[in-house]
Amino acid sequence: MASPVPFDYSDRVLKPGYTSCLGCGEALAMRIVAQTVGPKAVYTNCTGCSEIFTSRYPTSSWSAPWIHSLFENSAAIASGVYYALKHKGKLEGQKVIAMGGDGGTADIGLQCLSGAAERGDDFLYCCWDNEAYMNTGIQRSSLTPLDASTTTSPSGKVSWGNDRPKKDMPAIMAAHNIPYVGVGSCGYYRELPRMVKKALSYEGPKYLQVHAVCPLGWRSDPARTCDLARLAFETGCYPLYEIIEGTTTPHKPPKEGWKPVQEYLKPQGRFRHLFRSADGEQRITRIQAQAAANIRKFYGDDAVPDFAKEAEKKAKEMTTAQA
Amino acid sequence: MAETQEILEGAMAVAHAVARCRPEVIAAYPITPQTHISEELSQIVADGDLDAEFVKVESEFGAASVVCGASAAGARTYTATSSQGLLLMNEVLWNIAGMRLPVVLACANRSLSAPLSIWCDHQDAEAIRDCGVIQLYAEDNQEACDQHLIAFKVAEDRRVLLPAMVNLDGFLLTHVFEPTIIPDQALSDQYLPPYKAVLKLDIDDPATFGAFTEPDKCMEGRWMVHDACRRSLPVIEEASAEFEKVFGRASGGLLENYKTDDAETILVAKGSISGTIKDVIDEMRDEGTKVGLMRIKTYRPWPGEAVLAALKGAKQVAVIERGGSFGAGGIMTPEVKETLYDAGLRIPVSGFCVQLGGREVPPDGIREIIDRVSSGEKQTAYEYFRLKQELLPDLVPEV
Repeated sequence: MASPVPFDYSDRVLKPGYTSCLGCGEALAMRIVAQTVGPKAVYTNCTGCSEIFTSRYPTSSWSAPWIHSLFENSAAIASGVYYALKHKGKLEGQKVIAMGGDGGTADIGLQCLSGAAERGDDFLYCCWDNEAYMNTGIQRSSLTPLDASTTTSPSGKVSWGNDRPKKDMPAIMAAHNIPYVGVGSCGYYRELPRMVKKALSYEGPKYLQVHAVCPLGWRSDPARTCDLARLAFETGCYPLYEIIEGTTTPHKPPKEGWKPVQEYLKPQGRFRHLFRSADGEQRITRIQAQAAANIRKFYGDDAVPDFAKEAEKKAKEMTTAQA
Repeated sequence: MAETQEILEGAMAVAHAVARCRPEVIAAYPITPQTHISEELSQIVADGDLDAEFVKVESEFGAASVVCGASAAGARTYTATSSQGLLLMNEVLWNIAGMRLPVVLACANRSLSAPLSIWCDHQDAEAIRDCGVIQLYAEDNQEACDQHLIAFKVAEDRRVLLPAMVNLDGFLLTHVFEPTIIPDQALSDQYLPPYKAVLKLDIDDPATFGAFTEPDKCMEGRWMVHDACRRSLPVIEEASAEFEKVFGRASGGLLENYKTDDAETILVAKGSISGTIKDVIDEMRDEGTKVGLMRIKTYRPWPGEAVLAALKGAKQVAVIERGGSFGAGGIMTPEVKETLYDAGLRIPVSGFCVQLGGREVPPDGIREIIDRVSSGEKQTAYEYFRLKQELLPDLVPEV
């Protein structure tokens, strides 16, 4: 029977039928990035969700050449592909795209990525940042945000969850003096093509980090993935910006002004423990203070809303009282 | 064109032999005693004498990953390492073999830490024994050079498509000057035509590499690595015969049988120690002792049939090793035993770890082993030969 909806996937780089979860922000981002890059590229993939849900033998969702080697070497594999194509004079009209999750990028794969960036190898590295090791069952990574409860940083009677703030991975990549560093979001998926095109207009290593909501790991409503990703930005929790040839350009600020972090935290199970006590409220105050610092960093002090400044003051008092 | 002998350091000679293979992507990271190979290769590239990408990686893990990616993209690739570096590559080597990529590497054999030692033994190569990498062992620098050409030839053969590693003893070969022939370029080109990948990362013919499998399919994928490795045995013999035809030297092959035909006692060894063993055999033959050496040149795949043919007439066998399986016995010793046992033979096999971390094995040590096993001494356990009791703490009872 013919489909009532005239779907045409013939030009898709990442074909439908892959087995990601409902509302997967990573799949959304990856599909759009791959579609922008097109089929004239070699894709390399870390071990992780995206590798599993697109390459179940004997099927593959990839209509472009694609390789998965190990967890920590997506960047080094991309380097190898790059040097082989360079040697054979095949780089003209062909790109190399490396991909990985936050763990494969910022933790176990950081060395390979740093090596490639330092050498100036010409490829775009995409980090799908869903803020934990989702494929292995939601364990904490160095990109897990402060106070998020994961299976290895659980909240408990004497724990507020992950006790460290996110590692500033884009700054680490920018410190390699590479031409393009971009931080995007699956919630602003319409901007990803522009960012990818911008990145690919430069020769050398490019880094694109995309905030990718994981309804399974964040214990959030799959229907609210994009909404939640936008709230991450609109509350100052996840700043979006580009560092192009050393110049930082932040995403335009939210139309309706910066929102309190509760709007972002509350719909997520991983932060639920913060909403159960007065002590939890204090932890939220600290997160709000952190968001205020983010907003100030990219938009100046005038942009920081009063409620955020108030939270900063309170957080400072708490720290002083503790000392 | 006639090939000429030069007095060359082992590592230098190997680097030039590798260059004659025209690798397209080389990635290497410094580690003693391999460094002279990659230093010389980078110089050859810097001088414009080899058109290759020399990738200055941040670790051996990176080196193995870069050649993995480059090989998947269809390039002829090479790396060299030693010891800890090989172990850092371990994870990638299993993956390279699984994806059937004909990467060639050299291992300048060196001990493993701790205690730290930069000197020779075979623990590094034996630690990755089971990953699907073909392992060749050189006795001298000429073999080390020539085995690189054979390694590329075998690895890239469509019937094989597996990584291959040439082992040369650290310092004992890498840093020793010997008269060596660098394979002639024209002959090398004739022997080893440019690499054409069967399947590669190609935008005009896209393929998925490194897919994931469920339990109903994974085992067959792993078995195919085993099968390809096994099937490489005749290919190694073929490639070795062709090498001899083109270059006039017999550097390849599975084994070298030295005076084994009528031997009552046969020693089994691999690598440069074979030179010392042959000298002792010559002396003892003059004295009337019927002793010979079966030298393993191809360690993986295990040349079981050839081993059986060489050993089946012996009264006793002594396996000389440079490694061991802590808590069990030897590495090669049980393999020799298995080969004989499966053929229904009950020839006594004794195993000796004669050297770890570069300790010298003087001829009298080899002679002692031959004397002991020839006299019918029955070994009860794999023996760490000539352990210095005075260095062992009091708590350890006599071994």
